[in-house]
Amino acid sequence: MEWKVDFSNLLDFPLIDEEIRMTNFDDIDIISIGGIGINVTIFNSWIVIALITLSAWLITRNLKYDREVSKIQIFLESLVMWLKNEAKETSGSNNLQYLGMAMGLFCFIVVANLLTFIPWFRPPTASLSTTMALAFIVFLAIPYFAIKNAGIKAYFRKFIEPIPLMLPMNIFSEFFSVLAMGLRLFGNMLSGVMFAGILSAFIPFFAPLTMQTLGLLTGSIQAYIFALLAIVYSSGVKENKITEINLEEK
Amino acid sequence: MDSYAIIGAVSIFGACICMGIGSLGSALGEGNAAAAAISAMAQQPDEASRLRSTMFVSLAMIETSSLYALLIAFLTLYANPFWNYAINQ
Repeated sequence: MEWKVDFSNLLDFPLIDEEIRMTNFDDIDIISIGGIGINVTIFNSWIVIALITLSAWLITRNLKYDREVSKIQIFLESLVMWLKNEAKETSGSNNLQYLGMAMGLFCFIVVANLLTFIPWFRPPTASLSTTMALAFIVFLAIPYFAIKNAGIKAYFRKFIEPIPLMLPMNIFSEFFSVLAMGLRLFGNMLSGVMFAGILSAFIPFFAPLTMQTLGLLTGSIQAYIFALLAIVYSSGVKENKITEINLEEK
Repeated sequence: MDSYAIIGAVSIFGACICMGIGSLGSALGEGNAAAAAISAMAQQPDEASRLRSTMFVSLAMIETSSLYALLIAFLTLYANPFWNYAINQ
């Protein structure tokens, strides 16, 4: 077992090269363990995961209620409440079954996107493999939630609606809607990184800062949209209980 | 003109045209969607939060087409498969 740790690849910023080219983050290895390379995308994903896990553990370690609630706990509670309301309004159902998936996706993407503000951090969401893996979670979640909520018959009936002639189109859209989610996140983040790199070659230090600030907004909105679309696609097949849900809400 | 020059010129021209036309359609569509959502919000301020989330989702959907154009532009500029063909010749 041969260990080789090389952090120099992490620290140099290849976007300010003489030659501006698309940098494939997946090709840059940092650590190699027995010949298997750990690239920048995986390494930065680990950083994001560690950050989320550690902060969630620290905040929820001693939860309080009544008047002694800390500010960070209020922040986390309001985040959960906000996404819960969004999930309720978007899916139309009152239970919390989509909240775990949506919250996990949202937290990972938003932390990864917001960490672009650190200059040497390449966001893992700017790599196609990460976004496609995230989209694959949604791809598996769609039949899971559909079969769990409406039964296997209703799930397969979705493919021949409104007419059986639409079967190939429906199968195509099942794959492509999820594919588009991954491509959308990848395109947004990659264009942000590329644009900052190109601008920093022309006007260093100041011009990239404004674009990075815009990138914070774009990153948050993309994370929100990814979580929301995951809920929308997962709750696409419902049992025919519209009247009951309406009664429940009122 | 050798094949390098032709491939390079056509790639850059194609990427620019691709980005221009590709973003034009989605920009018009996003403008229409945002205008409709804003007028609906002005008419029914109670439904503003639901309208806003629907608007964001639809804007993301519309923006996808211009992102496909962006990916194609990146592909032609930085990962052009015909470069290897020209190099191997």
